[in-house]
Amino acid sequence: MKNFLKQASVLCIIIFAIVLYSCNKSNTSNEILIGEYASLTGSEATFGQSEHNGLVLAVEEINSKGGVLGKQIKLITEDNQGKPSETQTVVQKLINRDKVVAIIGEVASSRSKAGAPICQAAKIPMITPASTNPEVTSIGDYIFRVCFIDPFQANVMSKFALNSMKVKKVALLIDQKNAYSTGLADNFKKVFLESGGEIVEEQKYSAGDKDFKAQLTAIKAKNPESVFIPGYYTDVNLISIQAREIGLNCTLFGSDGWESEKLTEGKAKDALEGSFFSTHVSADDPSPVIQNFIKKYQQKYNSKPDAMAFLAYDAGMILFDAIKKANSVEGEKIKNELAKVKDYPGVTGIITINEQRNAVKPAVVMEIKNGNFVYKETIAP
Amino acid sequence: MSEFLQQLINGLSLGSIYALIALGYTMVYGILKFINFAHGEIFMLGAFSGYYLARAFGVNNPDIVMAVVILILTMTITSLIGVIIEKLAYKPLRNSSKLTVLITAIGVSLFLQYTGQLLFGADPKSFPTIIENVSFNVFGATIGSNQIVVLISSTVLMFALRIIVMKTKMGIAIRAVSNNLTAASLMGININNVISFTFIIGSSLAGAAGILYSINYPSIDPLMGMLPGLKAFIAAVLGGIGNFPGASVGGLIIGLVETFTVGYLSPTYRDAIAFAILIIILLVKPTGLFGKKEIEKV
Repeated sequence: MKNFLKQASVLCIIIFAIVLYSCNKSNTSNEILIGEYASLTGSEATFGQSEHNGLVLAVEEINSKGGVLGKQIKLITEDNQGKPSETQTVVQKLINRDKVVAIIGEVASSRSKAGAPICQAAKIPMITPASTNPEVTSIGDYIFRVCFIDPFQANVMSKFALNSMKVKKVALLIDQKNAYSTGLADNFKKVFLESGGEIVEEQKYSAGDKDFKAQLTAIKAKNPESVFIPGYYTDVNLISIQAREIGLNCTLFGSDGWESEKLTEGKAKDALEGSFFSTHVSADDPSPVIQNFIKKYQQKYNSKPDAMAFLAYDAGMILFDAIKKANSVEGEKIKNELAKVKDYPGVTGIITINEQRNAVKPAVVMEIKNGNFVYKETIAP
Repeated sequence: MSEFLQQLINGLSLGSIYALIALGYTMVYGILKFINFAHGEIFMLGAFSGYYLARAFGVNNPDIVMAVVILILTMTITSLIGVIIEKLAYKPLRNSSKLTVLITAIGVSLFLQYTGQLLFGADPKSFPTIIENVSFNVFGATIGSNQIVVLISSTVLMFALRIIVMKTKMGIAIRAVSNNLTAASLMGININNVISFTFIIGSSLAGAAGILYSINYPSIDPLMGMLPGLKAFIAAVLGGIGNFPGASVGGLIIGLVETFTVGYLSPTYRDAIAFAILIIILLVKPTGLFGKKEIEKV
């Protein structure tokens, strides 16, 4: 009896799985399938959620206007849990099982780098909204991005530190296993030293660490005027709290990985007061394109969009535009159109894709005041 | 010098948390002779229990009384969970091979991790400020009151455990069972009660460690118990598994070595160094620093 039950339940599961699988397969031809992989959960969950929200907004907008090539856009989203290994699995699934025509990639560079080679091999165009590590698009001619790259961002923060913050002695705290963080740190170091600055200490951590006191104590011993932390918000939140606890009270500054409402959660609200970070767009910008997007976003989600949402919206819109111009859903034709994007009026500024398939546009610096991100200045390329 | 002093305090406060968790490993090993790998998850559940209790009480202003209440309630909750796990997962396997129980423990550990992801969500949560942190200067080093709180609370808990084990009737029973389970049961000791009591004490210490850890590092997630759990296990082995003072000393050593490695060598070796210690101890002195060599009588 027991055995029979076991067999019956296994059979049920198999049948259920087959039914599910075939449901997934049914694809009507009046839809264009677009894939998205994002960190909807995991330690950078707000990146993926914002990206998804921005992209959904773009899809709804284009569909309400009649879609692309007379067909509706259908978005298939996969959660990679913020893990590079999971990324490869879900990208394979999007390409091989769902047969998407193009893919919107991750925010985080290390995960975009995990997904990009698969897209390149399958000749499926991939646009990453916010991966700033230069190596992401050098993977191949099917990989694009709608944001600036780290050498530029590092340049911006180096200029900002010297000219606006007026600091010369800076310490670095780097996420050692993260391509985004190490790339930014290397570029920052190069530019900052060339412009007459001094790096007094370099410390490393690994994403997911909870204890940063040992590194911060070593940094404090060198008495820097400021600490540059090119990392992600979850870690920066903890770092800032612990820095203040051990009496490291100088200004902290960082990069677009800080951009999340969770950055200033808890005690970090006080700890990060007066800190700066560079990012892609400021919600304080009065330009009508930006304010219009914010209004639409708030109507739908009842919250303020962050830079990842802006960028994902642009990535989506540029992709739809390219499909329209290519007049085809063939990967190669879409890719050729993406490479030709010039002066596209996006919500994150005028976007031109250069020969390295990167977007060229200005960066903004934000200041943290009372837990909010306040526009400080724009630095052009 | 001030840097060294500060790193010393950092290491001691981290190490005393490892020590609290290590005590749970050592107690269970002493009695049942198996490693309870789900112990790190009890630590995680302690942190989450503190998180939800603080939210339920609406802790807006840090308050010492409230913090103590949360700590005690959490210790109660985790000790209950510990006993339930023992009754459901380990008790039915009491007469099977040690390996079966060990594998079950790993299963329980994974079960709790992923149930936690389902119930609490996978993204890290910011632990509320239940106790105000004041920093003060000692010989140029800045010491946070949080670190002092962790050091004092864990010392108090360890001494309380010492008194329970050495002076009370239950403590004597625990030691008797740990010495020889069959003989103890022949002398009229209720083995089931002793085992439950062991799990109560071990799990409540892990719960307390969860709260203390979250006060110091206020970001909690369902997988947070894994690494501290492993480090505490290494601490228990280092001190001599089954030996109470050994677990405390082992915890402190692991905490200090880890902090000094990160501060003076390279953070790349942070986790490697703990595991290197484990390998060396197993090769050189498998009984640990304080462990007694058991002579096999034929």
